[in-house]
Amino acid sequence: MNSLHMLIFIPFVFAMAIPLLYKLFHPKIHLGWFVLLIPLVIFLHLFRYIPLVAKGDHLTTSLAWLPSVEMNLDFYIDGLALLFGLLISGIGVLVIIYSIFYLSKHREELHKFYMYLMMFMGAMLGLVFSDNIFILYGFWELTSISSFLLIAFWYERKSSRDGAMKSLLITVFGGLCMFAGMIMLTLITDTYSIREMILNVEFVQAHKLFIPVIICILLGAFTKSAQFPFSIWLPGAMEAPTPVSAYLHSATMVKAGIYLVARFTPVFGGSSVWFWLVSGIGIITLLYGSITAVRQTDLKALLAYSTISQLGLIMSLLGIGSLTFYFGPSEHGVTYSMAIFAAIFHLFNHSMFKGSLFMVVGIIDHETGTRDIRRLGGLMQLMPVSFTVALIGGFSMAGLPPFNGFLSKEMFFKAVNDVRVAEIFHLETLGMLFPLLAWIASIFTFVYSMILVFKTFSGKYRQEKLNRDVHEAPFGMLIPSVILAFFVVVIFFFPNVFSKYLLKPAFVAILPMFTIDKVDIKISAWHGWNTELLMTIGVVIMGSLLFITVKRWVPLLKQYPQWLTLNNLFEKSLEKVERYSLTITNRYMTGSIRHYFIYIFSFFVIVLAGSLLLLHGIQFDVSEDNVICIYDMGLVLGVMIAALTVLFTSNRMTAIVALSVVGYLVTMFFVIFRAPDLALTQMVVETVTTVLFLLCFYHLPKLQKNIGRIKFKLTNLIVSVATGLTITILALSSNSHKLFEPISYFFENAYELAGAKNIVNAILVDFRGFDTMLEISVLCIAGLGVYTLARFRMKGSDHNEAE
Amino acid sequence: MKPNDVILQSVTKVTVIIIFTFSVYLFLNGHHHPGGGFIGGLSTAAAIVLLFLAFDIEKVRENFQIDFKKLAALGVLIAIGTGFTGMLAGDPFLTQYFNDKNLPIFGKTELATALIFDTGVALAVIGTAVSIILSISEGDSLWKR
Repeated sequence: MNSLHMLIFIPFVFAMAIPLLYKLFHPKIHLGWFVLLIPLVIFLHLFRYIPLVAKGDHLTTSLAWLPSVEMNLDFYIDGLALLFGLLISGIGVLVIIYSIFYLSKHREELHKFYMYLMMFMGAMLGLVFSDNIFILYGFWELTSISSFLLIAFWYERKSSRDGAMKSLLITVFGGLCMFAGMIMLTLITDTYSIREMILNVEFVQAHKLFIPVIICILLGAFTKSAQFPFSIWLPGAMEAPTPVSAYLHSATMVKAGIYLVARFTPVFGGSSVWFWLVSGIGIITLLYGSITAVRQTDLKALLAYSTISQLGLIMSLLGIGSLTFYFGPSEHGVTYSMAIFAAIFHLFNHSMFKGSLFMVVGIIDHETGTRDIRRLGGLMQLMPVSFTVALIGGFSMAGLPPFNGFLSKEMFFKAVNDVRVAEIFHLETLGMLFPLLAWIASIFTFVYSMILVFKTFSGKYRQEKLNRDVHEAPFGMLIPSVILAFFVVVIFFFPNVFSKYLLKPAFVAILPMFTIDKVDIKISAWHGWNTELLMTIGVVIMGSLLFITVKRWVPLLKQYPQWLTLNNLFEKSLEKVERYSLTITNRYMTGSIRHYFIYIFSFFVIVLAGSLLLLHGIQFDVSEDNVICIYDMGLVLGVMIAALTVLFTSNRMTAIVALSVVGYLVTMFFVIFRAPDLALTQMVVETVTTVLFLLCFYHLPKLQKNIGRIKFKLTNLIVSVATGLTITILALSSNSHKLFEPISYFFENAYELAGAKNIVNAILVDFRGFDTMLEISVLCIAGLGVYTLARFRMKGSDHNEAE
Repeated sequence: MKPNDVILQSVTKVTVIIIFTFSVYLFLNGHHHPGGGFIGGLSTAAAIVLLFLAFDIEKVRENFQIDFKKLAALGVLIAIGTGFTGMLAGDPFLTQYFNDKNLPIFGKTELATALIFDTGVALAVIGTAVSIILSISEGDSLWKR
């Protein structure tokens, strides 16, 4: 285990210590101060890797986890992973500082909050550093789960629970699709490692599963990164506390989809399906998000839609950049590779300005008690620092100089303009749409950025609409947003420093055909009077016009029928699905144990007897059987008598005792066959289960003496006879097959291998330790389940009595 | 439960000690002879169940102030935890080690990490078995009211 592995597991380990810290220090010290250490350590540690990665190298480490199935914790750091790692830990530091002042230590359940947050941080770091795609998938779902828990942090509110549910349903649906895609991908390439997949590209692209794989993997990426039409979960996720929105739902988690697309660009890039899906959906999302953002009145909803639209922008850039793989490192290829660079750059910038904007909105919410634009206004004099930060962030988002958003926006315009000249994939005709849609979307982006800044901070201050006195936020809440805003400006003036150490290595990581010393990318603010600059000027002029007249045309947007929105469609269909599945379920879940036994046993018979017949498994071989002696016959006779007693007795107590007689007699068989471990286990298990049975049967009514004739039921007869036959045949034939290697090797060498003379125990604790570990986990869960059920019923009965 | 069970109670007082001792023996013996965490744990659970049967649940509870659910969870955590010790040394998850050591009183003894894992198994089994029986019978006492 080396430092990189430690890095990823620190958050998880620390999450376990949080309840303890909470107990020790709770009302005295805000828990956030302890938590702050973790991202700080990770951030500083990751800094050490910058010189290595800036040279274009990467670092690989592996930790054996399940080597027999090739599931190992293979982590590697290249430019892309490092960029994400620094964003995750860096913004994590700022967000935690912010949360210390945002969440009251007296009112909130801080231990839960920070536990979930640490879980998320670890999962996200694991996601970006994993090379094994199934490990990546595991971390991927863990981010969904921790996001669910964080959105539902204020679970007393219905809207929080609904938002959390919606996000979980959509992202996990996408995650499962992605899982299917990954399985197909491993079938094609025969490896779990992403880097090895990249080496087998021709193989993947020629395979007949190529398009299904693309669709499945993109479903995962699109749901996570809130692309159209899966974007509906992101506005719902805004019910989370603002630090969470700033961290998960703008800076890091929603970028996991972007990361995945970027990571897999070398595998799928160059095909028309990939290009059209990624860039097409991206640009539609960009437009949809920006237009919908304009009509929002809740500041956080506005930011949510703007995040959707910006993610669409980055996605479309990645799509355009994938053309590089079509052209190779030729002149054309270099042109399109700039789109990838722009994507990375904008992703970096977006984390900065959107993070700062979210924090400002959180401050406004915290200080005024509302996020509704209609009630806000004139906060400029009251909150000068917040206003400055909002101004910087908002103008950067709108793509204005001198802020970093301007630089990446210009590169975005350049990329969409370049698409037209590609002359492949029908781009000579459809390519015109790219610059057009991008331009329109940018105008709306400009408008909502202005709404965000000026509707809240300028205009008339209306005290009567707010319930409290408004003043500037505490120092600790301002600091993180000011730091982010500071970077927004610094990046504009010194973009090439960031480019050299962070962006270029990430660029090379996505496009392995370029080597880092050959890449000559210079970011500059002034390129002369080119198309891109004219487009920006057009955006500013049109955007300002629209902003001035915003009151006249926004009502038109609101005319859009409510029932046709994506959200409504989602909710309606969810309702329908729930109703239909309920009717279907009710039809067979009758509540009668006899029915359930019929289902269970007939399924059992169909599967087992069916496979026995189909695979010609019925085979009796008595040559190696032991000689039957008189003890065996006596025991079998005893078992049979006891079993018949169970059936025909009229007393439950007798039935239970007879059943345990069967068990104890089986123990005798183990004794005869010299299996002391089994005999001991069976005996103790039998004792405990008998007690359990007695306890359970205590609740049941007495068997009636004059029960009369039970109606003969043909189904029951068929099912029971078939089950008995299947078991008998299966038991007899399984003795006659030798399908697997005998494991007597372990038996003979148990002492050398495990230092144990008792083979049974050596198997349990060493050779098959993994099974045992999971078994006791299941046992423990089952125990808790019984406990909960028993409790639940008790409460229910109390309730009934009260009524 | 029953009004007159003097004999059962007196016998239980003695036998329980024997069963407990035997369980510990089974548990420690598992490495080389029949026994082990599972059996040891189960027979301990059986002894506790015997106590419940002979005496009142409330009475046993007073003397056994253990939350068996937590005990089960602790056992699982111990078992999983031992898995990570191997990882710290760079071996796969759940690697077990053993070595012969000369201890002051016991002489040459084999020490194995598998025993710690087995402790986890035993605790999980005791905790789960007892808590299942307790929750069902507790439901029972409330049922009667």
